[in-house]
This record gives sequence, structure tokens and C-alpha cells, in this order.
Amino acid sequence: MAESDVTPIDGVAVEINGVEVIAHKGELLIDAAERTGTYIPRFCYHERMNPVGMCRMCLVEVDTGRGPALQPSCMLECTPGMKADTESAVTKKAQDGILEFLLANHPLDCPVCDKGGECPLQDQTMAYGPGESRFVEEKRHKEKPIPISDLVLLDRERCILCDRCTRFAKEVAGDPLIHFIHRGNNTEVNTFPDEPFASYFSGNTVQICPVGALTSSTYRFKARPWDLETTESTCQTCSVGCRISIDSSRDQVQRFAGVDIDPVNWGWLCDKGRFSSEVVTSDARLSEPLVRDGSGLVPAKWSDALNRFAKALDNASSAQSIGVIGGSRLTNEDAYAWSKFFKGVLATDNVDAQLGDGLPAHVVLGLPSATIDEVCAPGGTVLLLGPDVKEELPVLFLRLRHAAVEDRVTIVEVSPRSTGVTSLTKASVHPRPGETADVVAALMSSAAIDREIAGVAAAELEAARAALAAATGPITVVLGRASLAESASVTVAAASAILAARPDTTFLSALRRSNVRGALDMGLAPGLLPGRVTLEDGAEWYSEVWPSMPAAVGLDTEGILRAAADGRIDVLVLLGADPLSDFTDADLAERGLTGARTVLSVDTALNPSSKRADIVLAAAGFAEKAGTTTNIEGRVSTLSQRVTPPGTARADWMLAAEVSTRLGTDLGFESFGDVLAEISAVAPAYLALDQAIAEGSPDGVMLPLDVVVIIDEDDEDIVIVDETVTVSQDGAEVDVTADVVVDDADAADSESTEGLIEIIADDADVAGSMPPFVQFTPIQMVTAPPVDSYSFRLVASRKLYDQGTLVQSAPSLAPLAPGSTVSLNPWEFDRLGVATGGRAIVRTAKASVNVTVQSDSGVPRGVAAMIVNQADGRVSDLVSADELVAEVRIETAP
Amino acid sequence: MARLTNDNVELAREIIGRYPRPKSALIPLLHLAQEQDGYLTDDAMAHIGELVGVSSAEVLGTASFYEMFKMEPVGRYMVNICTNISCQLRGGEELLAHAEKTLGIRPGQTTSDGLFTLEDVECIAACTEAPCLQVNYRYEHRISNEGFDQLVNDLRAGRRTDVPAHGVLAEVRQHIPEDRRAGVVTPEDKDVPVWISAAGESNR
Repeated sequence: MAESDVTPIDGVAVEINGVEVIAHKGELLIDAAERTGTYIPRFCYHERMNPVGMCRMCLVEVDTGRGPALQPSCMLECTPGMKADTESAVTKKAQDGILEFLLANHPLDCPVCDKGGECPLQDQTMAYGPGESRFVEEKRHKEKPIPISDLVLLDRERCILCDRCTRFAKEVAGDPLIHFIHRGNNTEVNTFPDEPFASYFSGNTVQICPVGALTSSTYRFKARPWDLETTESTCQTCSVGCRISIDSSRDQVQRFAGVDIDPVNWGWLCDKGRFSSEVVTSDARLSEPLVRDGSGLVPAKWSDALNRFAKALDNASSAQSIGVIGGSRLTNEDAYAWSKFFKGVLATDNVDAQLGDGLPAHVVLGLPSATIDEVCAPGGTVLLLGPDVKEELPVLFLRLRHAAVEDRVTIVEVSPRSTGVTSLTKASVHPRPGETADVVAALMSSAAIDREIAGVAAAELEAARAALAAATGPITVVLGRASLAESASVTVAAASAILAARPDTTFLSALRRSNVRGALDMGLAPGLLPGRVTLEDGAEWYSEVWPSMPAAVGLDTEGILRAAADGRIDVLVLLGADPLSDFTDADLAERGLTGARTVLSVDTALNPSSKRADIVLAAAGFAEKAGTTTNIEGRVSTLSQRVTPPGTARADWMLAAEVSTRLGTDLGFESFGDVLAEISAVAPAYLALDQAIAEGSPDGVMLPLDVVVIIDEDDEDIVIVDETVTVSQDGAEVDVTADVVVDDADAADSESTEGLIEIIADDADVAGSMPPFVQFTPIQMVTAPPVDSYSFRLVASRKLYDQGTLVQSAPSLAPLAPGSTVSLNPWEFDRLGVATGGRAIVRTAKASVNVTVQSDSGVPRGVAAMIVNQADGRVSDLVSADELVAEVRIETAP
Repeated sequence: MARLTNDNVELAREIIGRYPRPKSALIPLLHLAQEQDGYLTDDAMAHIGELVGVSSAEVLGTASFYEMFKMEPVGRYMVNICTNISCQLRGGEELLAHAEKTLGIRPGQTTSDGLFTLEDVECIAACTEAPCLQVNYRYEHRISNEGFDQLVNDLRAGRRTDVPAHGVLAEVRQHIPEDRRAGVVTPEDKDVPVWISAAGESNR
């Protein structure tokens, strides 16, 4: 057997059903058996959670030298010489008995149970169980079902007490809000009275429940498993890139479920991602294009809408008078098509996928990068310098939580207020907004800190500095915007300080919107071209494939809105963007939208901004089109089409091609594959992506790829300089950086090229030298304004649920948005004369909002913490885009 | 519904200080709450969760395992009459029937004046003294119908000062001096447990 060829240094030889197999050191018998092809039935065991041995279904006859005896294989580590028999008469009798026992009180209401057809209890009873029960007694009856949260319902009669949901809640999510109560004869899972299972991860319990005890309010009675068609895809709710399965029935999306991939989500999803399946089928979806006539936006024919869209762009007085905002909700192919159209055809560089709430592209693409696995590597040290990961990138939070709790990872947090991660940190400091970079610079120093900086006591700073200094290897940084009321330059300055002090540091960008990384990679940012190259470096490379090129670096979203407000933008294009809700400065967004002569929108549903547009093109959304997406790590994974788009809505790349044709340029795309092929051929960081995608790994593809270039040795035009191959074709030269170079296709099969992507050098249809990737440009320290003791520094952070289009299109999620509040340290209450639950007016020079007051000891004194994009009192009314920090006054509301 | 009073929070902090992990103080604190209110209120359980750093659901999960923690209000006196084998042979069931008549309630119910809650229980480990019962977990041995009536009358008249209200464990509260407390230090963080290292000098 192949297994026995393995050198048994770290292996343990055990015998399963008479066949010797090599188990890993410390491997559980149930895992070793499954890995080597013997499935042992189980209910409570889950490979991503600690075993508990609750259900006894995995009992097998094991002999460790003292004679065979039944033992739970999920609690048993393999030891040398262990003999297990999973098919012995004793084992079979045990399995039979356990199933009879579990079914003694199980209601057998399978015909009306959502789990029927995909139920482990049902399946294993068929496979291993008794034909009938000897039990004639009345079964237990309990009220069914009871809601344990807004999204999850519990049927206690069906529960077999496997401890999966309760273990998940405590061990994985860290929200032990469900627990076994009335232990003994009447054990049941339940919540504390009036304290629902309000976890951001509650939906996972529905997925891992081995019976139909836990069901989700969104999927109950919607479909039967045998009617479902399933496709694997990648969640687009945030930018973590969790792998999911999409189930549909009758061409309607019914539910999403997590798929276990090792580098990202481990099978888990957040509730926002899981229940965003409702967004696909939302009533708010656009099914046809709209154009504005005298009475408002009215449905139009596609030909008419596209003609008017193209004409509006054609009528712009110059390339500089076109501004494009958005693109983070698109696939890479959509983003590339728009990028090629706006930059390569219309030659405008006023393009920005972010809405002033992210980080500059050179920071995201140029900093040395870390993967999620690298951040969470056992024994490592992580500096969190960004948003509340639990609120913005929930599954990254789960990974970080596991790293801190199970894998001895030290987390140090620098944030303007306490977050969902604070309880997991070794040290957490909360500098005054605007002064984060000063604190970070001090923390990077090798000298002990003996003075207060940015309002943080010396002892706290020293504890954090010591924790970072104790790191045995390079540290990793999760970098993002902790507060939208603070300029991005503060974060950039902090990153610059880290890199200056510790050049071996790597960074994971905590950006939030689904494919924001892909949009930046595809050049949807000022001064950028697809494939992580700058406009300056890449102009020549792209000049062969793109008909035109922007003359100079353009404006970002803030610049576009300012130019629009000043009347310098003729056409403002919104690619699935809603600046009125999402831009940090609502007043500027309003003036920008008003000032632009024509507003064009391409979106899946109307939002406050696209309602103001002159033409709205109906776009196909998630699960309705194929494509690729890039997550925060730079990992590309596939998106699949499961259902047809509503009405006549179309994928964005088609719309880009249609509009471009109407302006006389054929983008050359007839299928999404054409776009992917062009990206893979020309975008430097995406070179050969299509070949890697074709291999179909669910883990996705980390870019740039390791490539091997196969060249024809008879071709005299090829020169090999170190590992750069220069290919001469039609008089033009191509430099391709290769990890391995071989001189003919046969040699490519050798071991040195195994696992590398092959590209045939003379297939290259581009010319010029491959431009270098974007570099990070450090900036100097920023200076915060002096502290005004009558004012509070505003911290504007996000909650998972808000008034955004996505959450509000999902009926189950919409009511979970908490509403607008201002949180203050309890010490401030007397001085201000406000009370918890009372109303206060938060005022800046330009606006004031009236919101509910909350007491929160996690908010430092002198800071007012508010939540972005909530009902009743928008934070973006208070913030000015041109200020480093927002200072607010707080008064009691009359 | 009541959270722990300020005095009891003081006591709770002392109790928590006896254990290396705050969570270990959970059951003593549940007794403290039951002593305060006569039963476990939801607010008290939530408060205890805050004090020892576990969720309310975990407090409930632990408390609800134990028969002697009451989740609903009970009378000042909890009367448990044994009907297990020895007591049954010696008239335990008849005694229970008499008690039902005397108090005018069925097992599990509380008298309208809020003084008595009646329960039938399994063996309370006093078979040599059958039939027996407990009032607030204090034994009454070889009790007759008349003896029961006398007991009820004495309790009503406040003559039984040896039986405190339901929930009170003892007349004397244990106090552990500061230097003998384990202190809240998780075992992993200490080479030698505090209670050993504190006593170590004199023991050596």
C-alpha cells in the first residue's frame, strides 16, 4: 500500500479492518479511518471542533493490546499497534443500539422536516440502524419550534443532544448564548430567558445540526433537498472570500451554505453572508433598464437605454469631465471590462472603486502581503490596526479567534475604541483619533515607553510594546480604517512607521466591500492599470492592447465629487455604488451628485444615489453570472452562475462591451471567458490565471502565480537573462518573469516544474517589458489638531448590519440594523447631563444629528463613538472629507 | 426580580477570590442569590454571569442541573417528605397525604400565605429514622401526623428559630482570610498554585 511507503517517523501504524494504515501523530481514529477510506458514522464529531464523545455513534471495537472493547473513535488518538474493527458484529450491534436509543424520543416527523433527504440521522439509520424500534412508550413532547433568535428556530423534540451547536457557540464563535439546561432526564438546548442567540454566526448551527432541530427562518419549508440544484461559488458579502454552495430550486436561490476550504473559511459563514441569499431574490431587483423622462425613471428598451448611455458619455466635453465611482461589487471580469472601457477607450483616469472609506491603492497593493493563514499561523504575533474585524470581516474574526484561543497567537490591538476582538488581545490600546500613528511608532521602538501618548497611559503602551517586542518572528498587521471620521492618511502613516521600524512585517488589508481587492487589481483606481501596475509604469505595456490611455493620473472619489460639485464633471458613472449613503461626507456626495450634469448608473437595485440617475442599466448580480473574484489576501476564486438574472438584466462586462461598441470600439469580448483570457494574457499579476482556474482548486489561486515559461529552443529570437525570458515577436519584445524556464515542452514535465503554471512564451500577444508591480509609498507622520477639551473626537465605525442596499434587500437581515446611537464613556455622563437611553444632539460646524445615548466603558473618555449608515441620524452628515479628524460637541436634546 | 445587593456583591467578590478561576465560584454564588431572594431570579443569574465572566445561558445551564436551586418562587419553608422505600413502609405516603390535607396544597404547590412549599422526594438518607422529612433541608425524624401538625404550628408561630428561611445554608458564614485565598490566578499562569506557595514557607 502507498501509505506504508511513508517513513513512519511522525506516523503511527494502526490496523483498521485488517489493513495497516499510517496515522499522523495525534490523529484521531475517526479521522485516520476516514482519510484511509473507512467511514465511521458520527453525529457529534465535527472536524473543525474539539471532540466530546456525546453521541456514541462512532463506537468501534478497538484492541490496544488488552483485548477488543468498544470505544468512541472520535475521542481516541491512534497509538502504535492499535487494531480497530469498524464492521465487527459487536460494532454493528453498538451502532444499531445507539440509533435505537437516539430514535426513542425522536419524533420521526421527517415528511414535514426540512432536513428530510439530507439528514445524517435519517441516512445513518438507513445504513446502520435497526429496522424498527422496540419502544412503545409515548415520546417526549415539547413546544415546536421555538425561535432562539431572529434567524434560527429550535425544535427540541428533534434534538439528539450532540452538543454541536452549543460547542460551536462557545468554542468557535465565542458567543455561549445557547447551552444545555435542565441537564438530566430533561436536557434540552435553550437560551437564557429573553436573551436570544444573537450571534453573528448563528446560521452555522443550522448547517452543522445533524438533525432538523435547528432551522433557519429564511429556508424553512422553502424546498426539499432532492429538488435543489447546487453550485459552488464564493461569498460576495464582504471581501474575506468564503467559499459557499448556492442551492436553487425552480431557478430561485434558496439558501447558501459554507464550504470548508482550509485557507479561508473552514466551512463557517457569518449570518450576513449566509442569509444574503434573500438579496438575490429581493423584490427590489431591477429587471430592465430605466431612463428618466419628465415623470421620473421609467422602464426602457435596452437598445434605447444603451444608446442614451453611450451618447451621454460621447457628449462629455473631455476625458477629464467623466468620473466613475464604484466597481467593488463586480466580478474581476466586469471590473476589467469597465476598466478597459473607461481607461483604455475613453481615456479617463477619474475612476475609483472605493468611496473614501478604504485605503489608497498603493497601500493595498504595494505593501508586503500576508495571507489569512500567515496572520493566524500558530505562535505568531498580530497587530490589529484597523476596523472591528468582528463587525466588518466576521469570518476573519473566527480565524483570529481560533488563532488566539487555540494556537497561541498574540494579538495586539491599536484602535480608537474597544472592539469585538479586544477580549482576545494580549494588549489593547485606544489612542485619540488622529494620533494613532504616533502610538504605533512608539510601539515599534525598542525603547521602553515611559510617557503618555495620544491619551494612552504609559503602562498600557509599554505592555503593548513588550508584547510586540516579544514576537519571535516577523509580525503581521491587519491594516484598515478603524474610523471613517479619521483620514486614511493616519492609517498610511502608521503603516509607514511599522515598515520603517520592521521591514520584514507583512500586511493583510482589512477592506470590506466584496471584490474591492479585485476592482483595484483590475485598475479601478486613479493612477492604476489592471494587474497591480501603475498608469505610469504600465502605459507602454497596455498601449498594444488598449486603443487609448489616460494622459495623467485622475481623481479619486473625493476628487470626483468635488469636481462634480464645482461643475467640472459632465458625466458621473456609478458602478453599483451609492455615494449618498456610503461616502464618508454626505454633504459633499450630495453636492457632487447635484453638480454632475448627467448621472449614469449600472446597478442590481435602485439605491438613494441611483434613484437620482438619468439612466440606470439593470445588472446581473451574485449567483447570476460566472466570473472570478479576488479576496483581501489577493486570492482569486471562482463565482458561478446558479440562476438566470431577473428579467433582462445583464452582466456588467456585456454592458461595457455594448456601450463601447456604440462608441465605435469593439472591446473584443463575446463571453466571460474572453475577458478572463485577456486578463490572463495581459494583466501582469494575473498572468496565466485562466490556466490555474481551469485546474479547479476550490482553495482558489494566490497571485501572482509561479510560472514556468516553455520556449522553443530553435527560436533564435529568444534570449534568456537570469530568469527573465525575452521573447521577440513581430519585432516587439516581451519580458516575462518566470520562476523556472525550460526550453521545450517535454522538459516541462520534470519535477522542477511540478505545480507551476506553464505559459507558452510565443503565445504572448502583448509586447513591451512587463511593468513592475505597484510599490507602497510611505508618508511622513500626520499632525493631529490640538485637543479641545470641550469637544469629543468622533469615531465612526461600522456594524455588520446597516442601512446599506445589501442588508436592506434581505427581509430577514433588515430589522437587525441597530439604529443610530452615540456611545460615550460613563464618566462623561454627569458633565454632559445626558443619560443612557436619552437623546443627545451631536454637532459639528456643518451639521447636527439627534441620536440615542449609550453608555460604553469600551469608549475612551473624550471620544464619541457612532455607527456608520444607520437609520435616524447619519454620521456622514457630520464628517468633512478634508479634515483629519472630526471634532463634535454633544448637548442634551431638548 | 433582583440582582445581588451591594452587600452580597461584596461577599461574592470574596467568594470569587477563593478560587483560581472566577467561574469556579458559580455554585457558591448561586446559593448566595438563593439566600437573598429565596429562589434564583433571572436577574440574579445574569448578574452572577457578569461577576464570574460567563454568559447567562451558562449560569442557567449549571443552575438548572441542581434540584435544590429553585427557578420559581417557593415558600419560606420547603417541606420535603420522603416517599422512598423505607419511609413508604413506615407510612411516608400517609404522612404526605396528611401534609397535603393540613397545608391544603398538593406536592409542588405553595400555600397562599407564602410560608410552605410541599414536595415529595426520593430517599434523603435517613432510613433508620423513617418516616422522615426535611424543612429547608433540616431533618425531622420519625415524624407522626401530630408531630407534623406541631411542626407546622411551630413554624407558623416563629418558634423554630433553628430553621432559617429557604435558601439560607448556615447560620455562620465562612470567611477565608485574605492570605489564605487562592486568588484569581489561572493555574496555567502559575508554576506553583497560590494556596501552596502561600502556605509553603511554614510547611517547609
